Amino acid sequence: MLRDVEARVIRNTRLSRDYNVIALAAPEIAEATQPGQFVMVKSGRGGDPLLRRPFSVFEVLRSNNRVEGLTLLSKRVGVTTKILYDAVEGDTISCLGPLGRPFDLVDPPTEAWMVAGGVGLAPFATLGDALLAHGVKTTLFYGARTGGELFYLDWFTSRGIRLVLATEDGSIGDKARITIPLDRELQEADGEVVIYACGPEPMLEAVAHVAAKHKRTSQVSVERTMGCGMGGCYSCVIQVRSEAGSERTRPAHYVRSCIAGPVFKGEDLVWD
Amino acid sequence: MKTLSGTDLSVQIGALRLKNPLIAASGCFGYGVEYAEAVDLSTLGGVAVKGLFLKEREGHPPERIVETPSGMLNAIGLQGIGVHRFIREKLPELRQLRATVIVNICGSTLDEYVELARILSDAEGVAALELNISCPNIKEGGITFGCSLHGTFDVVSAVKKVTPLPVIPKLTPNVTDVASFARASEEAGADAVSLVNTFLAMAIDVETRRPKLSNIVGGLSGPAIRPIAVRMVYECRRAVKIPVIGMGGIASARDMLEFIIAGATAVQVGTANFVDPFIWGKLLAGVTDYVRRHNIARISDLVGTIDTTSREKQWISS
Repeated sequence: MLRDVEARVIRNTRLSRDYNVIALAAPEIAEATQPGQFVMVKSGRGGDPLLRRPFSVFEVLRSNNRVEGLTLLSKRVGVTTKILYDAVEGDTISCLGPLGRPFDLVDPPTEAWMVAGGVGLAPFATLGDALLAHGVKTTLFYGARTGGELFYLDWFTSRGIRLVLATEDGSIGDKARITIPLDRELQEADGEVVIYACGPEPMLEAVAHVAAKHKRTSQVSVERTMGCGMGGCYSCVIQVRSEAGSERTRPAHYVRSCIAGPVFKGEDLVWD
Repeated sequence: MKTLSGTDLSVQIGALRLKNPLIAASGCFGYGVEYAEAVDLSTLGGVAVKGLFLKEREGHPPERIVETPSGMLNAIGLQGIGVHRFIREKLPELRQLRATVIVNICGSTLDEYVELARILSDAEGVAALELNISCPNIKEGGITFGCSLHGTFDVVSAVKKVTPLPVIPKLTPNVTDVASFARASEEAGADAVSLVNTFLAMAIDVETRRPKLSNIVGGLSGPAIRPIAVRMVYECRRAVKIPVIGMGGIASARDMLEFIIAGATAVQVGTANFVDPFIWGKLLAGVTDYVRRHNIARISDLVGTIDTTSREKQWISS
C-alpha cells in the first residue's frame, strides 16, 4: 500500500566525500517494499527543491525481527542529494512509496548475476537477500571509478554473495568497465544465468548487449528524470519495443518508467 | 451537498454540479486511475484527465521536465492513448471509481475538436469537456486557436453545436489580454473558462549551452506562476458572467482560497499533486475549516468576494 511518511533520520553514514547511506524510520514502507522498488523523497522545506526525487530502497532495516526502517544509498550530485548527505539524526525526510515494478526473482538452479555501476548498487542489497532466501547462487559484478567508491563489500561477501570487481583506475579488481569481466565470465558459464543490472544508462545498454550476445535474459533498472513517480506527469518515459507475443505489433513507443519500470527486460528497451 | 459541519462546498459549472470546487488538473493526474491508490476520486469535485487527441501520440523525447525555482518546466508533447483507447480502457474504471470526469480534448483542426466532442458525448461517464486551446508545447493546432479571438470563438461555438456537455475552454496566459479570450469564449456559448495553462518558458544548461528540454521551450507551472494566475483569474471574473475555473501553483488551502476570492468558482491543482498525491484531503479540510471560521454557509458565497474598497475608504475617512 502506498504511503507518505515523514520519516525521522535514524542515522546517516557518510561513506566518502560524495556517498552516504541514510537510515529512515519508515517501517510501513520498508515492510511493503519488494527488491527493485523505489521511494520518492522530498527533502526540502517550501519550494526548494519543489519536486521529489526517486531513490531505490537500499536496505530494509530489522531489529529483533521487527522492521524499523529503510536505508537509501545516495551520491551527492544535486540539491536533494546534498540535503541527504548533510542530514543528521533526528531530521525528517518525507518518503513516498513503495513505487514501481520490482525485479522478477529466479529460482535455482538458475544463477543470479547482479551488475552494479557506482550508485547503481542501490537495489542489490534487498535483491541479494531475496535471491539468497530463494536459495539462488548469487554473484555481484560491481564497478566504480576507483576502489574508494566500492562500498559494502563485506556486507555482500558475509552473506555468501560472490564478488567480481572492476575499477576504471585499476585500484581494485579489473582495470576495466564492469561489462568486461561480465562478458568474460558469461563466455565460460554453462548453466542458466539471469542478469540484473543497475547503473548509468550506457552501462545498462552494454549489459543488455552482452547478455543478449550470450543468449541470457537481463533485467535492468533505469533512472530517468522523474516528476511524480506515480504515472501522473509522463516525464520519465523510455522507449520500449512492441510487446513480445502481443497480437498487435506496435512500433517502439514511450512508456512511463515509474510505473512500467523502473525494471525492464533488457531486450525490450530501445536505447537513445 | 452539505458536509457534516453544515458547510456547503458544492459549486455550479453550467449544468454541472460539482460536490466541491477541487478539480485535478489535466496533464498532472494521468488518466486519474493512476492515483486511485492515493485518493478516493469520488471525493474530488472533478478529475480533468490528460489531454486527448483522436489518435495516440508519442509526445516529445526526454528530457521532458526540468525543475526551476519554485516551479517546473515541462514539454511532454501531449503523449496520450487517443480517445478510443481512453473510452475502452480508462473510462469504465473511472465510472467504477465514481469520478466526475472532465475530458480535456486537443485537436490539430477545428474538425478534430468537433469529432472528439461528438465521440465523447456518446460515451458513458463524461461530465464535461475542457478544450485544450492553450498547450504551449505542440506546434500544430491547439494554441493557434487559443491565441486568436476568432479561433477561440470558432472552436467553442463549433463544439457547443454538437455536444450537450458543459464546454470549458482552457485559456493560455501567453496573450496580452486574457480577459478578452474569456469574453470570446462566453460569446461563443462556453459554460465556463479555465485558466491558466502554463507559461511559455525555457532553461539552459550554461556548461553545455544546451537547452534543458529536448523541445527547447516548455510550459512553466508551480508556485512560481501563482500570483500571475491569480491576477488573470481576477481579470476574467470581472469580464464574464460564466464561471471561471482557476489554477496555477495551488499548493495549500490558502492558495485555493486566494483563487476563489479572486473570482474562481472552482480550482484545479496540478504540480502540487506531483509533490504530494495525498494533498486533496488536506486542501478540502483546510477550506472547510476556513469557511467554518468565517461563518460562510456556502463556498459559492465566497467566489469573487475580494474587497478592493475598504483601504480607500479608510484613507478618505482618516
